[in-house]
Amino acid sequence: MTTLTEPQATEPRTAPMVQVRGLHKSFGPLDVLRGVDLDVPSGSVTVVLGPSGSGKSTLLRAINHLEKLDRGYVAIDGELIGYRRSGDRLYELKEREVLRQRTGIGFVFQNFNLFPHLTVLENLVEAPIAALGRPRAETRATALALLERVGLADKAAAYPRQLSGGQQQRVAIARALALEPKVLLFDEPTSALDPELVGEVLDVIKDLARTGTTMIVVTHEIGFAREVADTVVFMDGGVVVEQGPPAEVLDRPQHERTRAFLAKVL
Amino acid sequence: MTVSTQAPPAPARPAGDPGPGAASGPGTGLDPGELDGLRTVRARHPWRWAAGAAALVVLVQFLHGLATNPAWDWATFRLYFTADTILQAIGRTLELTAYGTVLGFALGAVVAAMRLSRSAILRTLAWAYVWVFRSIPLIVQLVFWFNLSYLYKRFGFGIPFGPTFGDFETVGVLGALGAAVLGLGLHQAAFAAEIIRGGVIAVDAGQREAAAALGIPRGRQAWRIVLPQAMRSILPAAANEVISLLKGTSVVYVMAIGELFYQAQVIYGRTGRVVPLLMVATVWYVVLTTVLSIGQYYVERYFSRGARRTPPPTPLQRLRAFLRSLPARTSGGTP
Repeated sequence: MTTLTEPQATEPRTAPMVQVRGLHKSFGPLDVLRGVDLDVPSGSVTVVLGPSGSGKSTLLRAINHLEKLDRGYVAIDGELIGYRRSGDRLYELKEREVLRQRTGIGFVFQNFNLFPHLTVLENLVEAPIAALGRPRAETRATALALLERVGLADKAAAYPRQLSGGQQQRVAIARALALEPKVLLFDEPTSALDPELVGEVLDVIKDLARTGTTMIVVTHEIGFAREVADTVVFMDGGVVVEQGPPAEVLDRPQHERTRAFLAKVL
Repeated sequence: MTVSTQAPPAPARPAGDPGPGAASGPGTGLDPGELDGLRTVRARHPWRWAAGAAALVVLVQFLHGLATNPAWDWATFRLYFTADTILQAIGRTLELTAYGTVLGFALGAVVAAMRLSRSAILRTLAWAYVWVFRSIPLIVQLVFWFNLSYLYKRFGFGIPFGPTFGDFETVGVLGALGAAVLGLGLHQAAFAAEIIRGGVIAVDAGQREAAAALGIPRGRQAWRIVLPQAMRSILPAAANEVISLLKGTSVVYVMAIGELFYQAQVIYGRTGRVVPLLMVATVWYVVLTTVLSIGQYYVERYFSRGARRTPPPTPLQRLRAFLRSLPARTSGGTP
């Protein structure tokens, strides 16, 4: 039903980096996703808004297959996630193959989930070495460059608990970037932060947006959505209610539910 | 109970007096400057001191009895404390503890992994293992293994229900020591499994999720991410188990293995000096437990890295800090 018309000028012809089709997911009797379709063009920033319980986080977790799907599919860069197609059947992938696919999908958690017993640098080099088999020296150099980029070059030897929340989240972003993912997923990256720390994390994400990283960001920061998003997606009750450029969805929402939500948060 | 040296509570203010310096005292408006140069008298706790003194008297009485009552027979204690037979027996005790710990925790780790696995069969088998081996008293199990050769005369390797490639006489393979190690290890494994499982499920689910999101292979997730964090909650309970095993080895005296307690019994059976030899065994158990406890402290300290903003000082650092603070403590009371 909703085919996205790309308003932005960047490469209108290429296939979307992330394709979500007919996604259904329920936890017991609770239908969390009830048929979600979403296209995210390469190099674009999609911000997902919606009240809590609307399925935003589940959508994000389904994209990198942290949640198994009940129906529908997710494809990233043309590759099905979690399944392999053969003829008219979808075969569930083994965990090992899913893990390999996830190295192409960066995920930033609301609670950072840094490994507290590893230093910042060890947090960054762990996955490239363990999952991609990269040489340690090369990974180390990349990691230090990434820490520089998020402004934490001097914290390489610190343990996560010695950092502020904002610094921890910037490390978590650097850790996701260390795998050079095709797409970055942010699950409410600033919701666990004190208000004065939100800015430093959003700045890092804005910087990534400028350099053409494909991102899907679940957030409650409307100002951030307006400034950075190419597309704003509003979800409620497990479906995408409406989507479009921020100027349309945020300023001239078509649906009553969107209007009601924005009226509450703005 | 505390006895206050402060002035008695202020009399109630007449009704209607708003009292400008309400919190400060009767009548006087409080000027902070007035408090300059006043002496603060600390609350005294005479009953605390009395109770402490009473407890110390009891302790001193006990120590005095230890030193003066001839029935303790410290001469005999000294004679046997470092006797060769006792030292050899300690070697045996340590050997049993080490084998029991290694076998117990290795097998326990496997059982814990099975209980956490996604296979219902493995989960059930592991549960059944824990159920059985927690149910059987250690001493019953030891005697049972000791008598295994009554049940199975020969022990063979081969294809299950198929041909056998080679076999041994059970008595030859499983001597008294083998039976003891097997009994201790199997018993220990059931408890170790639950302790390890408890540690693993105590690690925040987000840690495993983050590792999975980063594509870290499953074995490495367990080994590098989950277990090091689980160790923090596993260690205190595991140390308990090792210490309890150290003392539990005294149970194998029923199999006439020359460990510490058995050896002590042999000697007092010969000499009739029961109490001093029990003290020999007791003091050695205390010494060994102390060594294990110190080891536990350092292992725990290692696994707590990153858990606190500043790592806690080692006991040596703490002692040095205390000694440095001594002059300050002794020179005069509170200002």
